[in-house]
Amino acid sequence: MNQFSYVRPTSLKAAIEAVAKNNARFIAGGTNLLDLMKNGVIISDKLVDINRLPLKDIQLDNGVLHIGSLVLNSDLAEHELVKTHHPLLSQALLAGASQQLRNMATVGGNMMQRTRCSYYYDTTMPCNKRSPNSGCGALGGINRMHAIFGANDNCIAVHPSDMCVALAALDATVLVSGPKGDRHIPFTDFHRLPGNTPQLDNNLGKNELITAVEIPANNFTKNVYYLKVRDRASYAFALVSVAAALDIRDGVIQQARLAMGGVAHKPWRLPDAEKALTGKAPTVENFRIAANIATQSAKTYKHNAFKTALATNSIQTALLKATTV
Amino acid sequence: MRKQQTGQSMDRVDGRLKVTGGAKYFADHHMEDLLYAALVCSPISSGTIKSIDTTKALRAPGVADIVSHLNAPRVPAYQSAKAGDKNGLQIFKDDRIYSNGQPVAIVVANTLERAVHAASLVAVQYNQETHYTDMNASMGKAFQNNRMKDYLRGEAGAWEKAAVTHSATYTLPLEVHNPMELAGIIAHWTTPDTLTLWAKTQGVKSVQETIQELFQLPEQNITVHSQFVGGGFGMALRIWPLEIATILAAKKIRRPVKLVITREQMFTLVGYRPSATQQLSIGATAEGKLTGITHQAVAITSPYEDFTEGIVAMSKFMYACPNVDTKYQLVPLNISTPVWMRGPGEATGSFALESALDELAHKLKMDPLQLRILNHADIDPERNLPFSSKYLKEAYALGAEKIGWSARKPVPRSTEENGMLVGYGMSSGTFGAYRGKATVSATLKADGALILQSAAADIGPGTATAMVQIAADVTGMPPEKITFMLGESAYPFAPEQGGSSTVSTVGSAVTDACKALQQQLGTMAIAHIPAFKGSTPETIIYEDGYLLPPNRENKITPEALLQQQQLPEVKVTATSQGGPERKKYSMYSFSVHFAKVLVHPATGVVRIQHIVSVADAGTIVNSKTARSQMIGGVVGGIGMALTEEAILDHRFGRFVNNNLADYHVAVNADTPPTDVYFINKKDPYINPMGAKGMGEIALIGFAAAISNAVFNATGKRVRDLPITPDKVLNTPVTV
Ligand SMILES: Cc1cc2nc3c(=O)[nH]c(=O)nc-3n(C[C@H](O)[C@H](O)[C@H](O)COP(=O)(O)OP(=O)(O)OC[C@H]3O[C@@H](n4cnc5c(N)ncnc54)[C@H](O)[C@@H]3O)c2cc1C
Repeated sequence: MNQFSYVRPTSLKAAIEAVAKNNARFIAGGTNLLDLMKNGVIISDKLVDINRLPLKDIQLDNGVLHIGSLVLNSDLAEHELVKTHHPLLSQALLAGASQQLRNMATVGGNMMQRTRCSYYYDTTMPCNKRSPNSGCGALGGINRMHAIFGANDNCIAVHPSDMCVALAALDATVLVSGPKGDRHIPFTDFHRLPGNTPQLDNNLGKNELITAVEIPANNFTKNVYYLKVRDRASYAFALVSVAAALDIRDGVIQQARLAMGGVAHKPWRLPDAEKALTGKAPTVENFRIAANIATQSAKTYKHNAFKTALATNSIQTALLKATTV
Repeated sequence: MRKQQTGQSMDRVDGRLKVTGGAKYFADHHMEDLLYAALVCSPISSGTIKSIDTTKALRAPGVADIVSHLNAPRVPAYQSAKAGDKNGLQIFKDDRIYSNGQPVAIVVANTLERAVHAASLVAVQYNQETHYTDMNASMGKAFQNNRMKDYLRGEAGAWEKAAVTHSATYTLPLEVHNPMELAGIIAHWTTPDTLTLWAKTQGVKSVQETIQELFQLPEQNITVHSQFVGGGFGMALRIWPLEIATILAAKKIRRPVKLVITREQMFTLVGYRPSATQQLSIGATAEGKLTGITHQAVAITSPYEDFTEGIVAMSKFMYACPNVDTKYQLVPLNISTPVWMRGPGEATGSFALESALDELAHKLKMDPLQLRILNHADIDPERNLPFSSKYLKEAYALGAEKIGWSARKPVPRSTEENGMLVGYGMSSGTFGAYRGKATVSATLKADGALILQSAAADIGPGTATAMVQIAADVTGMPPEKITFMLGESAYPFAPEQGGSSTVSTVGSAVTDACKALQQQLGTMAIAHIPAFKGSTPETIIYEDGYLLPPNRENKITPEALLQQQQLPEVKVTATSQGGPERKKYSMYSFSVHFAKVLVHPATGVVRIQHIVSVADAGTIVNSKTARSQMIGGVVGGIGMALTEEAILDHRFGRFVNNNLADYHVAVNADTPPTDVYFINKKDPYINPMGAKGMGEIALIGFAAAISNAVFNATGKRVRDLPITPDKVLNTPVTV
């Protein structure tokens, strides 16, 4: 790790100004950034600690749940408003990392965490995300954990977050502040696909800060399930994960939301499968049809071919679990 | 009579120190002038070092020096080594790179952070050559080491002619020990030829001996301290190049140097369980009597050392089978040398053997437990000797009862609970019960304290606690008055803590030292206390910490005896080792593992719901630490069965999951309620306590119990560990 300076501003304005100079970066919980700095993946001359900014509130306003970007993953998961209004989010958070990490990790940091692709982490290996035009190490390498949707030969890494999968399913909005003022980004447009710029994970502008995430009111309080399939029972990233939310009334699915983790460079919404479920009865057969639609466009690599079947099965399983609560 | 101490669940004598941070591990030591080191490691897997540019690094703040093959002090033993000898990696000897991660330089600075940063500034150029890290692609290079000759009993390949046969390939990936404590050392040359080390080791005496040979120094010039070790699992059974590198840096700089390696470096610098592929073929009569076993194993090793272990050992004697042949070969790869990892080769071999037995039982339509009982070896068929003790059948029965084996359905995939497929599996394990040679000194102080010293190690099992219990029973003294001190090279000799032999070896020496002390005290009493006059040391009674004359009409405490003689202490030393009994009996510990697993049919996720492990390990000295030992083995076994695999990208020869987030050891959530039972019957021959070893059998066989249970649940036979969800999904149902 290189030497760096460290500041701890107390206002949003000061933080945004501080980050504009000397190759600086925000640091929140530090659970991802410090690992990357220690490995030499990220080299920063200045860290702007944002933990003193007033961004730790959770409030319900006209049905919209407002979550400050510095709310800890552990606090958010256990918050009454979250558990009652958006239990899917709570489940997804609790499926992530470990209790110790959740105690440090923030909402903003979770959204901004980098991929766990080994080639990104090892500075002696090729990686277009870390070092553009060096090639994708995973493409011809070990790619068991890698993407099956939306990838290309530039980058087949996946976004590792669980929280973000639920937020994508719940149609959240991201609130950001920057040198040019405030703006809103729909959650599903926040993260990017690799395209020709795999070095960019998301659409946050230079020197912009995430201030909050907002979730609109919905009817997904009962029939929800976050399924995470992983190599050990806890403290492992998803092979695949599924966030399933159904609004079932009169025996009919009025609205469906499905998103997946561990399968793409961003939290992966499944609009076609959602459409296939809408207006249908919540039956095993309808779940099967939707799941097959969802994975039609899957493209796999040497070690992750299993993910297509696993994704299909996991979508069905999550839907079943969501309806048998 | 005082309560017997062995067998009790006495708390660890150092438990409080460990949980309050009072225990000092090697890296906790500090001294004036101490410098901190960081390694620069090779990113290539084969070739030579072209150049090392240290200009930038030497200019970085706080850097004291950078040592490499270009400027390292001479190691006398390097010069005398013959070319072509497989002597291990001689660090900083020349410019040759054998494997990825090999240290090429050590940077020393006045803080750890500065050393780490400067290490990143060292610019090394390499001449890269073709490397080989893929065992399957290098099978053509397989060879046999002389230590591991082919074995044949009866007829080779006899299994093929049997009425019912089974033959399959079982594979295990490379596994890394990953104890909590990282490896490293503190090296301090107090004079140009006097060296003090604070080491992480399973044996201070073996460290002393290795360094003595390498630097050609007299024994008394090398002092090794290692009182607490934060886990070893076998990785600390030898000195590694990283330790020599630190010693060389300290020698050059003439200041003490501390090195603690990184988690990533734990994958390349301190050994691992070698990946192996095994062909296990087995045949039986229609009634299930085994007629032939053929076990062929190939495992990896480094280019510069042949590492061998007992992969095929268990197949030779575990079952009564007239025809057995084994073969064991090594494939050298551009990767560092493997080392024993808990349950060493037997854990690897037992996965093949115990899975194959289950597969055979299925073909025979026989209960796999019945098949084992039917083929129980009443005597050791390999050596044709009786076992010193063997209660395996009792262990089978106990385990079966406790897991509820009768609920197991013989037809796979026939039980479901809450949408999960239910399966039961079992396996057995065994490991040699050893007894080596050790010396213990016993010092009785005038205040009545008994101090025992031996250069033994404690990597976690609770060695000192067990020794205190053993001494308490021999002397009749209360355990609070007894201290067992270990981990110092200045103490009398004890071998390394490995092969589950410490209680047997050192415990015997403790017994003998305590008896010798009693002799001495008895002689003293006879000479100086009137009531004891005329008796012989053998007739004196030792009871509850007192000495009594044969007529029991008097008694005296040892401390009173010392005070009366105005002696500050009495000290004796005893050396102990096994005798001819080892030639007359075959000595083994045995374990039996039962598991109930749940498998999710759609995602392939395996969850273990209940585990029962039974050990036939002779007398249990401490039921609490013994239980912990078994549970630790089970946790390691869960990792082996379901999660652990170090993955190489063969294009680079580098590991891609060299951290604890991606290399999955089992976590609490993977570990179900585990019930441990002990047969707890004394072995009459092995040693005075009757205690056989336990550390290894806790793990040996375990992985097969899980894969057998997965088969029972799903009808899918996964022969390639670990059993991850993708493998369960991809494996066809074969019933
Ligand atoms: C071993 C391990 C296992 C894990 N397992 C999981 C898992 O299973 N599932 C999962 O979802 N996650 C997992 N994680 C990731 C964890 O969730 C993230 O590390 C964490 O959420 C990051 O939050 P942080 O506050 O610590 O971010 P930091 O490390 O402080 O920052 C991360 C990045 O976000 C930027 N940043 C932080 N806050 C803001 C902001 N408000 N605006 C703009 N930029 C910002 C920083 O500049 C930095 O680039 C795991 C992490 C580890 C180390």
